[in-house]
Amino acid sequence: MTMSPTTKPPAESLTLTIDGKDVSCRSGQTILDVARENDIDIPTLCQLDGLTTWGGCRLCLVEIAGSSKLFASCATQCTEGMNITTQSDRLLNYRRMILEMLFSERNHICAVCVSNGHCELQSMAQKLGVTHIHLPYRYPKLTVDSSQDRFRLDHNRCILCSRCVRVCGEIEGAHTKDLKGRGIKTFVINDLDQPWADAKSCTTCGKCVHVCPVGALTERGTAVSEMAKRRAFLPYLTSMREH
Amino acid sequence: MTQSTTTTRSDPALRGGITPAKPRVATVWLDGCSGCHMSFLDLDERLFILAEKVDIVCSPVVDPKEFPPDVDLCLVEGAVSSHHDLEKAKLIRARSKVVAALGDCAVTGNVPAMRNFWEVEELFRRAYIENAEYPDTPEKRKANLPVLNVPPHERIARPLHEIIKVDLFIPGCPPPADAIFYVLTEFLAGRSPNITQVTRFGK
Repeated sequence: MTMSPTTKPPAESLTLTIDGKDVSCRSGQTILDVARENDIDIPTLCQLDGLTTWGGCRLCLVEIAGSSKLFASCATQCTEGMNITTQSDRLLNYRRMILEMLFSERNHICAVCVSNGHCELQSMAQKLGVTHIHLPYRYPKLTVDSSQDRFRLDHNRCILCSRCVRVCGEIEGAHTKDLKGRGIKTFVINDLDQPWADAKSCTTCGKCVHVCPVGALTERGTAVSEMAKRRAFLPYLTSMREH
Repeated sequence: MTQSTTTTRSDPALRGGITPAKPRVATVWLDGCSGCHMSFLDLDERLFILAEKVDIVCSPVVDPKEFPPDVDLCLVEGAVSSHHDLEKAKLIRARSKVVAALGDCAVTGNVPAMRNFWEVEELFRRAYIENAEYPDTPEKRKANLPVLNVPPHERIARPLHEIIKVDLFIPGCPPPADAIFYVLTEFLAGRSPNITQVTRFGK
């Protein structure tokens, strides 16, 4: 049996404006994709090329002329004639507020973290000019799962971006990781909320560790500032599957 | 920050000179490890440049024990942890025109705030009795917590801005000497430092 050729509708060409710059794209592209193609920087945390869109961190919010709402640029497709603003005082204010809420929600102590100097939350705070946290810190008592031989899950440092959940399900195909609970009580779990070592579906591939933007998932045996993540595998694997 | 460095203070003649009084700078060490002050000392030869431009009127590295009045800029290291820290913070605010939180402990709570998961008594018991280096005897188990030389502690250690208004934040553990020098230079020039250009949390 011969495979029928893939019938994609021909991509429509669109023109739109981002930060006053006229740009063109194909229909189906997200605002974030098109902005990056045109060297317009939109900050993100949960987004990672090669994984499906999550739209959870809300850092990539942009303004679209004609609407008072803000739109997650990673999850909003471009339409003809859109007029998009990616940088404004209002957006910067919200982005800083999001980071401050992340810092105050759990226990992020950069100075003693294995990811110090390699952390996307930390560098994003610096990039967006966050000098201190206006909200009171919550200091929740959270657990650290060190049951696994090679890796460690520290809930104190997790920002719930779900990159680990997505890479485990979508790329490794194991789906060991998932999220339980809602809102501030959301946690990353292994299998049926078991200690990591008891999670039979885990292949110990370590992809979750290396896509984690912070120090929540780390290799064991690393000391302060030693946990540099290696992500070269992800575009490579994605590219192999597409071609 | 729009603080002018040429603000008229009390008559300079009273300070024994005819030259205009230099800005009065203080540094204070609350619940921190003194690392930020070490970084301050790492200004090295730039300390001489600084000494020409400001008077260090109070600091762990100079003599006065009481926090003086009419301070133009106070750099505060450390979180606010004890009753003593709390009172000191309020005094600093009342006597300083510009207060800067120096380093992650003052800015975020950082390491001193890692005790916040436990009650103060649990913490003290751990520090002064369970971990004390003498044999585990019935005497040890009955031992009392120290009452002398340990000031009463707040339930949690907090960043400085949760206690008093803070005008400048200098994150870092410790902030690099270059960052401290940059902030001081900008302050003396009457400009607002763009601090995240030179340091960050955990730097």
